Amino acid sequence: MFLEAILLTVITASTPLLMAALGELVVERSGVLNLGVEGMMVMGASCGFVAAILTGSTILGALAGVVAGAALAAIFALMTLGFAANQVASGLALTILGLGLSGLIGADFVGTQRDPAPKLAVAGLTDLPFIGPVLFGEDGFVYASLALLLGVSWFLWRTRTGLMLRAIGDNPVSAHALGHKVLRVRLLAILFGGGCAGLAGAYLSLAYTPFWVRGMTAGRGWIALALVVFSSWVPWRLALGAYLFGAVTILQLHVQGFGLGIPSQLMSSLPYLATILVLVAISRARGRGATPGSLGTPFVPDH
Amino acid sequence: MPIELERRSEPSRAMMLASPAIAVVLTIAAAAALLAAVGVNPLRGLAVYFIEPLGTSWSLQELAVKASPLVMIAVGLAVCFRANTWNIGAEGQYLAGAMLGGWFALAYHATGAWWVLPGMLLLGALGGVLYALLPAVLRVLFGASEILTSLMLVYVAQFALDYLVRGPWRDPHGFNFPQTVTFEPAATMPLLLSGGRLHVGVLLALLAVAVAVVFLGTTLRGFELRVVGMAPRAGRFAGFDDRRDILLAFAVSGALAGLAGIIEVAGPIGQLLPNLSPGYGFAAIIVAFLGRLNPLGILVAGFVLALSYLGGEQAQIALRVPLDLTIVLQGVLLFCVLACDTLILYRVRLLRLRHRTVPGVP
Repeated sequence: MFLEAILLTVITASTPLLMAALGELVVERSGVLNLGVEGMMVMGASCGFVAAILTGSTILGALAGVVAGAALAAIFALMTLGFAANQVASGLALTILGLGLSGLIGADFVGTQRDPAPKLAVAGLTDLPFIGPVLFGEDGFVYASLALLLGVSWFLWRTRTGLMLRAIGDNPVSAHALGHKVLRVRLLAILFGGGCAGLAGAYLSLAYTPFWVRGMTAGRGWIALALVVFSSWVPWRLALGAYLFGAVTILQLHVQGFGLGIPSQLMSSLPYLATILVLVAISRARGRGATPGSLGTPFVPDH
Repeated sequence: MPIELERRSEPSRAMMLASPAIAVVLTIAAAAALLAAVGVNPLRGLAVYFIEPLGTSWSLQELAVKASPLVMIAVGLAVCFRANTWNIGAEGQYLAGAMLGGWFALAYHATGAWWVLPGMLLLGALGGVLYALLPAVLRVLFGASEILTSLMLVYVAQFALDYLVRGPWRDPHGFNFPQTVTFEPAATMPLLLSGGRLHVGVLLALLAVAVAVVFLGTTLRGFELRVVGMAPRAGRFAGFDDRRDILLAFAVSGALAGLAGIIEVAGPIGQLLPNLSPGYGFAAIIVAFLGRLNPLGILVAGFVLALSYLGGEQAQIALRVPLDLTIVLQGVLLFCVLACDTLILYRVRLLRLRHRTVPGVP
């Protein structure tokens, strides 16, 4: 039962990372580096929570989170595609803006509580020992994240549009010369990434915890960015990384609970230290081979 | 995209000067709109935010006190950004400097010796350097993204500080508050004027600007950093070692961030607390860009951002405006700066979608 409880919490800790990172993976595959995941995520958390309180519906809350994330991403798109601005700096600006705006929007809702998103209950299946709750007793977000994983994999490797998106990410000049609409594809990718980050944020305030606090994403957006690097821009490796990270997060919480005399702050910083270790290991093993060719470089079409 | 960019034959000099000014004007307009949105008379709000803080000698001193860490950190970041390396963990290096320098103050507490303060400043800078070299070394040796590692280290530094002030360094007579003892006079920055908090650290920030003007403008190493940043291939052909330049850029920015941290601790704060910075390390990124990565520009930009902090505090008290409004404005400002910088290299045309033809499409 203990193992089952841990597994359940690992899944809930991993789901927001998986959703946000999948969106960013598509963005980066199109050649754009959006460092504003943290900002879009925290906006999703705040707007999602406020909308859910006002309407009383978790689904509308999640939808509001998606819209908020995408709206913020639209600003990023205007900057980096419209004005060919520096992507690193624009992403940082997005993070700052998102942290501030989410605080303003959520200010009146600090301290409010609501019931977290309901979990699936299928007669006969959810009651199965061990695998029942893990496979058939999650909330809707978890299933949505898995659907997203399959969808993104299928889209990138099994559709023409996905192929075009990857080609644009590797060499926008050639893709443009072939008549593909580089900026339009990148715009859609950025909006998709924003929506995913917003959904991930909404998960935090609607399912992971029953409340909203300022800055509640606590660096998860940045960890999602690191996971994309870890995955070498391949979705299934991303899923693996997300669940590993969820496991580290939960494990450190449990170790803190045992009271082994290890400072709680050291345990709390483990996910961040692990991120650094993973980045080092993966960058060393891979070099720059798998990185989308034009990642981070603005493209200005010569009309 | 209804916007079309046309590259100028050469960068516009007029726009180099005008773009930060346009960005500030746009941000003020956004501020008026935001104030109206939270139910405050925009004119009254703008006056509280941007004019009233300039009114008294006390608040002018306060402005300089808030501007100096921003300027100091941003000057270092400008060195980094010019070399196209992305140190976005200045907040962590600031805390590392505060911790190592603060340790010295605690270790030699009650000695009253003259060398305590210089030692603190030295160790503060050293702490920043060491903490900044971590991501730089990982980048140089393993190719790990310095953006992500330097940012992760911010969280780690915050936890480390939290541990120290709640655990081993806590003031035993502090009623269990998470704080160290208050530093003795020999470990605090001397004040420059009475009736305010203006301290010697402000002069050190000015010194940093002056040194950076000379270093970036007149030395070969300063030129090298810029070449490596703008055209790494050309830099390698010229025999510049880009790995050494990354380490150098991080060390410089870490030193300045660490120094800013210990000055803040030895100056206005006077002890170590769990919360030592209202986000100076991140706001300094905005300062660096608003100052167009130029030390003198950064000096001006530092005061603009300091004004937003000071005005934000005033607005919170006088108008009950949430402090987050300031952060929103800082984000808007960075966006405006980046968008306006485009005007230097490009002419921007707004297109009517209907009349556009796209050549080259079969």
